[in-house]
Amino acid sequence: MSESTDKLITTASEPVWKNNPISIQYLGICSALAVTVQMKTAIIMSLSLMFVVAFSNLTVSLLRSIIPRNIRILVELVIISTLVILADQVLRAFLYDISKQLSIFVGLIITNCIVMGRAETYALNNPPIQSFADGIGSGMGYGLVLTSAAFLRELFGSGSIMGYNVIPSSFYDAGYENMGLMLLAPGAFIIIGLFSWMQQTIMNK
Amino acid sequence: MENLISITLNSIFISNILLAYFLGMCSFLAISKNIDTATGLGMAVVFVLTITTPANWLIYNFLLAPGALSWAGFPEADLSYLKFIIFIAVIAAIVQIVEMAIDRYSPALYAALGVFLPLIAVNCAVLGTSLFMVERSYTFIETIFFGFGSGIGWLLAIVSMAAIKKKLKYADVPRGLEGFGISMIVTGLMAMAFMLFSGITL
Repeated sequence: MSESTDKLITTASEPVWKNNPISIQYLGICSALAVTVQMKTAIIMSLSLMFVVAFSNLTVSLLRSIIPRNIRILVELVIISTLVILADQVLRAFLYDISKQLSIFVGLIITNCIVMGRAETYALNNPPIQSFADGIGSGMGYGLVLTSAAFLRELFGSGSIMGYNVIPSSFYDAGYENMGLMLLAPGAFIIIGLFSWMQQTIMNK
Repeated sequence: MENLISITLNSIFISNILLAYFLGMCSFLAISKNIDTATGLGMAVVFVLTITTPANWLIYNFLLAPGALSWAGFPEADLSYLKFIIFIAVIAAIVQIVEMAIDRYSPALYAALGVFLPLIAVNCAVLGTSLFMVERSYTFIETIFFGFGSGIGWLLAIVSMAAIKKKLKYADVPRGLEGFGISMIVTGLMAMAFMLFSGITL
């Protein structure tokens, strides 16, 4: 493997675990909590975010020598909003039910700090291909936290994974009950808090 | 009238924009270290929300909604897909105007709020409130109260968080849970407390 591909892989894999956007950099938490009641919505949301952050990084990086310094935030917002409109229209056309469930949270990718943060700190100073790889990596790191939180919330909250029941009915007969708290807002806060605790502990060893 | 009171109370307590919909978490986590700054940012959010949400209502209902352009002779036009980009532009522009107006007419208020105003343009609570307003199709008057109530709810949450964090300094938190982890769990407990209000119906 050549040196440049090596570097690309490191750029893309770093934000997945070591520099995770949610649990290490504390960015983009709003949507991470709201869409994790079910795995299906969490996966679709992660894919939309990955698309937006990768292409906004690519575009910002391509334009980085043209954008005037003092209006860069405005330019970035326009690029990001355009990509979000694209993602939203595609979801509406092909996955209408899920786009209804995601409600306003696809639109809120615009103000998601991950997208702005990566454009500001990474894409403005690095070449296009690397910025694109960084965007894919950040999207995957976000997806990792989202899907693991959604997995736990769906498993304990409604006893299913991806909409299929996995807890056998004999458990329910024996007195097992779904944990309603997981489906509500406090469950999301607590799960993300515990996830970050686990990650900090593993990394500090 | 009762309807308006119920929208306001609902947006402050029961569906609190931060604790029930998770909006505005980024600045919530970053700014809640000190009660004074938290109050300043909270006030600025209330102010901006009360202005931007009705402004976006006017723009959405007279320019963007399906059939909204019939006054200009385009009854078929549906520009609602443009709402994201227009709303964020309106918010950024209003924040800028508000900043200049405050600087000109009330230097004391500017000194207190000034540094926070640019941050608010990218606070998802502001964009989120405008998008919720469209999704729930409120009337103009309802929108004003909804925007104000959401702002107060956010202010309440960030000020209480700052107060809790102050006490937390003396607590013995396990290593690894410090900082982000414990903040999230405390917010979770706060959200649980706010859910108790959902028993109240008006």
